[in-house]
Amino acid sequence: MKLDYAEAGSVGRPMPDWLVKLIWPVAALGLLLAFNLAFTSLFFRLEWRDGHLYGSLIDVLNRGSPVMLLALGMTLVIATGGVDLSVGAVMAISGAVAAQMINVPGMPFGLVIAGALAVSVLAGVWNGLLVGIFKIQPIVATLILMVAGRGVAQLITGGQYTTFTDAKLVYVGNGHLFGLPFPVTIVFVMLVVTGLLTRKTALGLFVESVGDNEKATHYAGISSRAVKFMAYVFAGLCAGLAGLVAVSNIKCADSNHAGLFLELDAILAVVVGGTALTGGRFYLLGSIVGALLIQTLTTTMYMRNVSPEIAPVPKAIVIVAVCLLQSPVFRNQMRRIAKWRPA
Amino acid sequence: MADVLLEMRGISKRFPGVLALDGVDFRLRRGEVHALMGENGAGKSTLIKALTGVHMRDEGKVVLDGVEIDPRSPRQAEELGISTVYQEVNLIAHLSVAENICLGREPTVFGKIRWGAVKRRAEEAMARLDLRVDVSQELSQCSIALQQMVAIARALDIRAKLLLLDEPTSSLDANEVAELFVVMRKLRDQGLGIVFITHFLDQVYGVSDRITVLRDGRLVGEYETSKLGRMELVSRMIGKDASKLERGEKRAAGGKAAGGVFVEAKQLGRRGSVSPMDIRIGKGEVVGLAGLLGSGRTEMARLLFGVDKADEGYVEVDGRMVTLGSPKQAIRLGFGFTPENRKTEGIVPHLSVRENIILAMQGRRGMWRALSSREQMEIAGRFIEALGIKTPSPEQAVCNLSGGNQQKVLLARWLANEPRLLILDEPTRGIDVGAKAEIEKLIGQLCEAGMSIVFISSELEEVVRTCQKVVVLRDGAKVGELEGEQVSEEAVMQTIARHADEA
Repeated sequence: MKLDYAEAGSVGRPMPDWLVKLIWPVAALGLLLAFNLAFTSLFFRLEWRDGHLYGSLIDVLNRGSPVMLLALGMTLVIATGGVDLSVGAVMAISGAVAAQMINVPGMPFGLVIAGALAVSVLAGVWNGLLVGIFKIQPIVATLILMVAGRGVAQLITGGQYTTFTDAKLVYVGNGHLFGLPFPVTIVFVMLVVTGLLTRKTALGLFVESVGDNEKATHYAGISSRAVKFMAYVFAGLCAGLAGLVAVSNIKCADSNHAGLFLELDAILAVVVGGTALTGGRFYLLGSIVGALLIQTLTTTMYMRNVSPEIAPVPKAIVIVAVCLLQSPVFRNQMRRIAKWRPA
Repeated sequence: MADVLLEMRGISKRFPGVLALDGVDFRLRRGEVHALMGENGAGKSTLIKALTGVHMRDEGKVVLDGVEIDPRSPRQAEELGISTVYQEVNLIAHLSVAENICLGREPTVFGKIRWGAVKRRAEEAMARLDLRVDVSQELSQCSIALQQMVAIARALDIRAKLLLLDEPTSSLDANEVAELFVVMRKLRDQGLGIVFITHFLDQVYGVSDRITVLRDGRLVGEYETSKLGRMELVSRMIGKDASKLERGEKRAAGGKAAGGVFVEAKQLGRRGSVSPMDIRIGKGEVVGLAGLLGSGRTEMARLLFGVDKADEGYVEVDGRMVTLGSPKQAIRLGFGFTPENRKTEGIVPHLSVRENIILAMQGRRGMWRALSSREQMEIAGRFIEALGIKTPSPEQAVCNLSGGNQQKVLLARWLANEPRLLILDEPTRGIDVGAKAEIEKLIGQLCEAGMSIVFISSELEEVVRTCQKVVVLRDGAKVGELEGEQVSEEAVMQTIARHADEA
């Protein structure tokens, strides 16, 4: 019998891997929303004002967008078996460049965006060189820019808080499109772009292959250097976009606080989303759901008047729970306990 | 016999799917160096591990010094007087020699380490090996040989009766080996029983009193070293009686006559791994690399595929000199390579069968010219069918397949690339008989279609059956080349043994 897999296609095939991986983060998000539905009365209230949607749900999407952008880039980096700790600092650099440039009289807006993104990509190139070409451990290599990046941002702004009023730049983080905050559009477009970039070219395959078995990939004639390099450059670009959103939100370049600790949220989002820190298979949608989960938690606590000092504790509990549920070892243990009957 | 120190009788050990040891007997006398010999998978290390408590034996009895023992862990075995020194030095580089020797059993007073006693005890332990060294120096400052001695000293520190040396010489040079042998002889004269595992025939004849040969998990026999010739030893290890060898049925030689030379390695070598040698590979020819383990077979294959860079000689393809700096360059020349370590260097375990098959082809096309999912499905489906890969679906993760099917996936990866030269390093290791036969058959078909193949296998029978030409290697150097009618197991074994005698 000749098996034609191309045509057998979807018939009777088990659930695809990426859907399976999505179950736990989506379930956690659902639980959290159900909790809010029951106890936080205002959470699901949506308002239509001046042609824009307002409400906590929209707020989650809006405030979560920088982390979602970071998570997209971080997903690829983590899938190669690495990590990028510098993305928060790169956000600050990107914002600083944009704020400085927009205040130059006669500077076209397009050039401001291009400038900020170009500098962010350059930061990605730096990380990519250290990790991909010089084989420095990712955690160490990106720690350099994580520490030094905020200094670079300070240099760019001359140690000042650079404020601006340019309507176009303010729109990036505060405007609305199709009734939704504009950052939501940016995230959506980047999700589609990342999906196409990884799945319509061989980049996705190469990233997963390098992360899963670098030696075997090398023997198959694929340059792991180039693949890793690309991942860090792309993470830089994503951080640049996130930085633009963040700087526009507060209309001010704050080198000390822009994107502070967001690299950690991004890493969490990726891991919660099902991509293993050891590299290999990656799940872009999972990372987005992970970022939304983190933001929903933050917003929930904010609405329930949990003081910011203890807010990290419930966050940690939810994250640990999702990670444990994804661990096959933990699930097996649970299964054994469930089956156990006292003799 | 009163002088028997250790007696193992009827030892069996079963792993899922294989009987690793099948009723093996082993006897070690006081004051002898006993070499344990056998090719890969013969059961040497399983036997050692059954003795040191790493593995629990399924059947059999172990008697040490007249007392039946059953150690459950290496620690227990140590306490019983069985000390082991492993191939890699298992010591801590940045501690001192003395600390390494006493680590985990430092003499203490009320929990405080008595450094004076540590130093003294370490000096005594080294003195037993006739070594006077500064035991306070850092271990990483010592030569590898001295580190090996420290490992032995550590093993002997606890009143050992029996010393197991598992390939202790693999990282030592000739002088260091000689030093080690002096120590071994000294310990033997002190009445210790020493079990010595090595792949180097010269060393076996250099230091051992007795040899036990294992093959396929069974005992072949125990011999006095002085009464067993090298040729006989090799034939017993490989399992072929030299005098009664049958000629393996030869495949009708492929398109060899018509083909002409495709790849030619000229004085290709790499310092510390393979000595410079010539290898000529014709179009449609299957060239075997034969030799015992550690003879340089794999190292040569890695040079040919650009995994390691040669520092001597060069390679010509179609008469033109080429650079082989990376697998990528080798692939561009039309080479393919299935490595010996299928799991760590071959498959990408968590990717699907489909992705594993198209990987090299996609690598050649580059990142931007992706194969469509329809093309990928078509290619994967074609090879799954052609090679009979047993998988529930092309989307199955390749780590869930059996060894033989994983190997076929790797073959498919290269065949999809339509290579002109395929380098197969142990393609049949650890796979079942049926899959083995299929792979051999496939090799025959490929070379008839004009593909050149370099075939490496530790099963001589297989090499002889498959190859038109065999390059014989020993200790990293080419020691002979057999062609056409000359290719027989006997001839290969003679070539290996002859040169061992001369050395």
